[in-house]
Amino acid sequence: MIPDDRGYFGEFGGRFVPEVLIPALEELTEAYRGAKEDPFFQEEFYNLMKCWSGRPTPLYEAKRLNELQGGARIYLKREDLLHTGAHKINNALGQGLLAKKMGKKRLVAETGAGQHGVAAAAASALLGLECVVYMGEEDVRRQAPNVSRMRLLGAEVKAVTDGSRTLKDAINEAIRHWVTNVDNTYYLLGSAVGPHPYPLMVRDFQAVIGREAREQVLALRGTLPDYVVACVGGGSNAIGIFYPFVNDQQVKLIGVEAGGQGLESGKHAASLVAGKVGVLHGAKSFILQDEAGQIQPTHSISAGLDYPGVGPEHGYLKFTGRAQYTVVEDHLALEAFLLLSKTEGIIPALESSHAIAYALKLASTLEQDQAVVVNLSGRGDKDMEIVNSMLEVGQ
Amino acid sequence: MMRIASVFTEKKHAALIAFITVGYPTLEATLEAVPLLEKCGVDMVELGIPFSDPLADGITIQQASFEALQNGITPAACLDAARFIRKKSNMPLIFMTYYNPVLSYGQELFCADSSRAGIDGLIIPDLPLEEAGALEESTLNHNLDLIYLLAPNSSEARIREVADRSRGFIYLISVTGVTGIRENAPLGLNEFTSKVKKHTDKPLCMGFGISTPEQAAHVSKSVDGVIVGSSIVHIMGTQKQWKPPLSHFIRSLKKAIQTAK
Repeated sequence: MIPDDRGYFGEFGGRFVPEVLIPALEELTEAYRGAKEDPFFQEEFYNLMKCWSGRPTPLYEAKRLNELQGGARIYLKREDLLHTGAHKINNALGQGLLAKKMGKKRLVAETGAGQHGVAAAAASALLGLECVVYMGEEDVRRQAPNVSRMRLLGAEVKAVTDGSRTLKDAINEAIRHWVTNVDNTYYLLGSAVGPHPYPLMVRDFQAVIGREAREQVLALRGTLPDYVVACVGGGSNAIGIFYPFVNDQQVKLIGVEAGGQGLESGKHAASLVAGKVGVLHGAKSFILQDEAGQIQPTHSISAGLDYPGVGPEHGYLKFTGRAQYTVVEDHLALEAFLLLSKTEGIIPALESSHAIAYALKLASTLEQDQAVVVNLSGRGDKDMEIVNSMLEVGQ
Repeated sequence: MMRIASVFTEKKHAALIAFITVGYPTLEATLEAVPLLEKCGVDMVELGIPFSDPLADGITIQQASFEALQNGITPAACLDAARFIRKKSNMPLIFMTYYNPVLSYGQELFCADSSRAGIDGLIIPDLPLEEAGALEESTLNHNLDLIYLLAPNSSEARIREVADRSRGFIYLISVTGVTGIRENAPLGLNEFTSKVKKHTDKPLCMGFGISTPEQAAHVSKSVDGVIVGSSIVHIMGTQKQWKPPLSHFIRSLKKAIQTAK
């Protein structure tokens, strides 16, 4: 069984948290086990995913892009079409329902790009729960539209001014808030990271992406794809699309991390490619750290990938060789962002643009009868400001 | 005789345990503070090895950790500091840090070097029982006490296991929260301590949020040791001439504990 009872995926995962949180995590593990086996819970989740979030999302063949690029065909799993604009809503809705079932009245969440924050705020509004979202001050600045959306949806947004003022620090603050309010507050963690049972739970709620994509690609082509490609920050969209393909050995799984300004520059967020094993935010996995075990600052054009750790199941998939991990640098992600906008009329999130950039390069090396499924995990409206400023600098 | 245990034998009142962040505001300050703390009546010192992401700590120790790291403090520098302090003092010294720096250093090597530097025990707030097997073995190999924490919401089963495995003392977290200065004394204190005392005779020391002599006096009636951190770190970090106010504060804590009824 992966993960085991202690939340280990091989040697990765576990529960490295202050004692205060242990009872809360035990309660959560028990509640989640119940919900997973409860047909009423699952039915409510699926109905809301269908009628409120807009599932299933289509699998779309990017024909103009393929004509331009040549090589293998690229199919986009359109998570960008979901309510609130990204895959994050799958998990926020699932955990929101669980929190409600557990009798919690308040949610606390962290957010990087703001997509999970918006999803958490929307799910809270839907379910009548209070919502507090911690967001690094740097991210509040670069993802301003999402801050407005969260507030409109009734959430309280708290800017975090410590450390690097990005996702890592937002998670620290959200955990501290949870430690202090553990009696009445549910921690809605947005990625496949953190202490057990979060990596398991987030993967399960996101696995709908891969289940749909697998069925859809079989219906369209009659065979499985050769590759599945997804961007990896904490890794929730990637594990969501990878997981249902894990036993299909002929399907190669590729995770794309933020190469930032290049691995040599040290300004990147490539935990799996360039990190080493350590413990951050409650789990053992690959982490960007210095030789003294201090967590290192990261850089990415995309706030959602700007994180020095990664979910433990990705650590396991890397360790076993079942998935491969690579990097795409800022400027190539930006090129892919522009290209997809112009050729397909789809503005992708900068996070997802990393996966698209890699898929384009990959497809050009493959045969025409091969297929690459890319998780287009979110839409890029939130990124207009940063893209505009990058383009101005470039001119 | 283990140094930590010796503090709790034949004592008339609760021990006073001080926490400081190594390298805050400077490394010299740390080296000067420990003898001063001892002189003013502190029985045991926790030396905090700074970590970049101290998620069990409130704002005071977060900022101290951040500045200490800016000052270039590493686990190796903390070991040097411990060695220096140990030459002049026989008081028990404990390292408090997070798990990743220990893991990165190498658990066995960290314990060996800590022991050689004169450290007596370790407190790792993000390492609960379930994950601590390997470190526990290394601490046993090197004659260090691994001190576990309990919270007011810990289950009876966990209390029993911590009571069984914690060495030196058991660290009781006074509130469900992070470290830091608080105005009020912890609630439900007696309920928590008597729940733990049902399962153990080991010394119980309480920390988190104990920041005034009144709070220390109140807490000291129910436990074997009182741990004060953020207030000390705050005095050292905010007052240029920190020694007189620190001496005064520690003496007032000591007096409050000695005269608590």
